[in-house]
Amino acid sequence: MGVATYIKDEKDAIKEVILQSGIKVKPVYTAEDLERVGFDYSKDLGDPGEFPFTRSLYPLGYRSRNWTTRQYTGFGTPEQTNERFKLMISHGQTGLNVAFDLPTQMGYDSDDPMAEGEVGRVGMAVDSLKDFEIAFKDIALDRIGSGLTINAVASVMLAMYQSVAEKFGYSKESISATPQNDILKEMVGRGAWIYPVEPAVRLVGDAIEYAMKELPRCNPVSVCGYHIRESGCTPAQEISYAFMIAFAYIDNVVARGYKAEDFVGRFSFNLNIYGNLWENVAKFRAARKLWAKLLRERYGVQKKKALFLRGIFGGGGSGLTKQQPENNIVRGAYYALTAALSGAQTTALCSFDEAYTIPTERAALLSLRTFQILMDEIGLRDTVDPLGGSYFIETLTKEMEEKILEEMEKVEKVGGMIQAVSSGYVQAEVARQAYEYEKKLQEGKVTKVGVNKYTEGVDMEVELHEYNEEWAEQQIKRLKELRRTRDNKAVNECLKALEKAARSEENVMPYLVDCCKCYATVGEMANVFRDVFGEHVEPNIF
Amino acid sequence: MTSERKIRVLLAKPGLDGHDRGAKVVAHALKEAGMEVIYTGLHQTVPSIVKQAIQEDVDVIGLSIMSGAHIPICRKLMELVKKEKLDQTLILVGGVIPSKDIPVVKKMGIDGIFPGGTRFEVITDFIKENARK
Repeated sequence: MGVATYIKDEKDAIKEVILQSGIKVKPVYTAEDLERVGFDYSKDLGDPGEFPFTRSLYPLGYRSRNWTTRQYTGFGTPEQTNERFKLMISHGQTGLNVAFDLPTQMGYDSDDPMAEGEVGRVGMAVDSLKDFEIAFKDIALDRIGSGLTINAVASVMLAMYQSVAEKFGYSKESISATPQNDILKEMVGRGAWIYPVEPAVRLVGDAIEYAMKELPRCNPVSVCGYHIRESGCTPAQEISYAFMIAFAYIDNVVARGYKAEDFVGRFSFNLNIYGNLWENVAKFRAARKLWAKLLRERYGVQKKKALFLRGIFGGGGSGLTKQQPENNIVRGAYYALTAALSGAQTTALCSFDEAYTIPTERAALLSLRTFQILMDEIGLRDTVDPLGGSYFIETLTKEMEEKILEEMEKVEKVGGMIQAVSSGYVQAEVARQAYEYEKKLQEGKVTKVGVNKYTEGVDMEVELHEYNEEWAEQQIKRLKELRRTRDNKAVNECLKALEKAARSEENVMPYLVDCCKCYATVGEMANVFRDVFGEHVEPNIF
Repeated sequence: MTSERKIRVLLAKPGLDGHDRGAKVVAHALKEAGMEVIYTGLHQTVPSIVKQAIQEDVDVIGLSIMSGAHIPICRKLMELVKKEKLDQTLILVGGVIPSKDIPVVKKMGIDGIFPGGTRFEVITDFIKENARK
């Protein structure tokens, strides 16, 4: 849940503060600290919008562009999801972030026995292009960008997005989709993997290569430190692992004969906010700076925009508690403040009821209002990087940078991220940290309000989003109807061509677009890859 | 305790949900409490969990479920547990289990329900008291 360790004396005065990343915080910072860490304005900060972008990607920060708000949305059938999308947009949300149900994420059709009990539960069910046609109806796909929270079959979903846009009359050059498409983090954190490491990374590379050529406004990968942090790693490790994962994808595409410069500018990141405010602000500032520096050093990237660490900094679910759920509203507001003080480009919050289940309409709107209050009322758009120059923040940013590099070095030592994930090194490290943290929480060494301190009183019931089993029946009915009415001969031909491409080294993306357009199902396409690639086996870490 | 053998626990992640922080944390805690832990890994079907429980001759099956699908999964598991006559096996469930669902799951015959945030010793004491009885 992400709080620092405090060592106190008998009078409750704080003797020592140790941040999760292992940095000790001093009671007072002065100009001497900046000298101690070798702080240099032009090298370490630069003006906002200038290399190394520690302060901001843009010279005027939020003055010139407000942040994009992108609440994670989707449940039940495509019809319901479409309604919720429109509701959020009508209330001022400026991007979409699509939640898929687990069968879709795992490449199973809604009527597959593996899907039982899960259809439409934690996100929207998508079986075919038909479903996207309903979900994105009346949404201006050339103006509203969409995050697609899907990984193992991200290539399928990117192809599906292109197909729906073209069907609606938008050119593929005009659409902006951000499939999450980060399979290595799924193997460390979130767990929605299907294929073994090597072919899974190849699919990520296929999407990157294809987007570089065909989908200029799409961001083909969103590297997620977020979920690794949710799984228990420290904030410094979150950035280290995300960067090492990003390097694995870059290397895959570079090995195909491209220059990093030509595609890395479309990479985006998904990073987490919970826990200590200062540690997070320093983490994001250090991350922006390091990413730009490392891309220059490792890959010779020069183009300014290709050096941007762009992405979504979102309030993490692990910070929320089931106990005293209304406290999560307050936590969310502070996480949003952290995002704003860190110069987040795009943001999202886990809503206060998400410690239980996916959010109700009321809770999702409240998260959106939290952002709007910050930007429109409190003054977070007034000036760029308001904490810049603080003795404390600048010292901490330098110290975070060192920690991140230290953790990256450890992964380099085991042979890079593909090796570290295949052997279970990262998974074991993350699980161990999660256990240590949970122990500290249970022993009262770290404080979580309402969980191990101030636990009296206000445990109230919250109104929860209810799952309706009829949604699954509706979805399955539509799927069966589709299988009866589509041109099955064309589907089979497209699937065969896809299989051939998967077996060769050819990029599978154009074949996936063909499959989507003739209404092949997600399960059919995913099964082609299952047959060709096999399935991932988790390394045993116990 | 009727035997010197360590208590053997099968920790399982049924269904498609991949959030395994809780399962792994509990695995560490049970090991530290002196138990033997076999972790199934993700995406297990109920039949495969029961099969592994029989093969590994475990005293306890612990399911970790975060997706909200705990009711259908527990129902399926208990049907199979009865069919395979695993009545000696202690069956536990943890994860995101809303309080209104606890009586429903209990009624199916699940022995212990430990929502996220349960103290380790509550789980380990319960297992030590109730396993192999």
